[in-house]
Amino acid sequence: MHSTTSEPPAPGPRTAEAPLPGTTEQALKITVLGGFGVGKTTLVRSVSEIRPLDTEETMTRAGAAVDDLEGVEGKRATTVAFDFGRITLDATAVLYVFGAPGQERFWFLWDRLFAGSLGAVVLVDTRRLEESWYAIDRLEAQGTPFVVAHNDFGETSHGLDEVRAALDLDPAVPLVRCDARERDSAKQVLISLVRHVRSLVAARSAR
Amino acid sequence: MSGAHRHEGPDRLYVITSGRSGGADESLDAVTLVVAESEAVPGMQSEHAEILRLCRNPTAVVEVSAHLRLPVAVVRILLTDLLDTGRITARHPRPAPSPAQPLASPDVLEKVLVALHNL
Repeated sequence: MHSTTSEPPAPGPRTAEAPLPGTTEQALKITVLGGFGVGKTTLVRSVSEIRPLDTEETMTRAGAAVDDLEGVEGKRATTVAFDFGRITLDATAVLYVFGAPGQERFWFLWDRLFAGSLGAVVLVDTRRLEESWYAIDRLEAQGTPFVVAHNDFGETSHGLDEVRAALDLDPAVPLVRCDARERDSAKQVLISLVRHVRSLVAARSAR
Repeated sequence: MSGAHRHEGPDRLYVITSGRSGGADESLDAVTLVVAESEAVPGMQSEHAEILRLCRNPTAVVEVSAHLRLPVAVVRILLTDLLDTGRITARHPRPAPSPAQPLASPDVLEKVLVALHNL
């Protein structure tokens, strides 16, 4: 995959060895967005109960979503890869965690695959902060709740204040530090997102 | 990335869908859960048979895509065939957050939080 970190051995059973309960009715999504090498795949792997899966979606060269396969048939189509893992919530619900590139040219994936996400994580590292600007703008514009997670691979050379300033991040958007390789750390990122969404729900109903 | 189909030309994908270029059921979300309602039968298109085997337990559309190593757009067409003939059923996500109602319900959020804490 695109991560520049050395990946730990893939944990967890393959999905065929860990089928969902037959009673599962509801699937939810969280999307992890970020540039290449920032650790999206690593984060997904850290929280997933199955070995993460990867697949792809097709797009035309013009970047338009292909709801039909005209592009596949005649014109040249290209594909964008993304990966995902899952967390079984209970006997009736499951959460899918997607890792996807957040740059502008990949954004068509959002409407096709990630619409309806309960929220998003924008994963950044300080080498390529600019790769996350577009995703942050777009999430703000569409009103999708999100948090920003600074993946520092266990090193803390930058202060979060510097990162927040460099991203020009709205003070209301949580910014957390994480080491995407660590399950506990990756899990805390998702928890901070869900708590953020919960506070937005509470604020909305208080109005 | 490892998708075997990435070495296959567009023609191959076109053959898998029997030349169709659209008509997928629009309600099939990336995480719609697919459940087989019948067994594969001899003579069935191999991709259809594979889906029925895979979906004995609820399986999300993206998981079907990953296992078949076919793009999501192609899988949606194949799933629509099986839906139309009653060989599978689909459990769609509850009314997804929308511009009018962009946030998940408190009950759902609590459920997710509990599961994450227990991870």
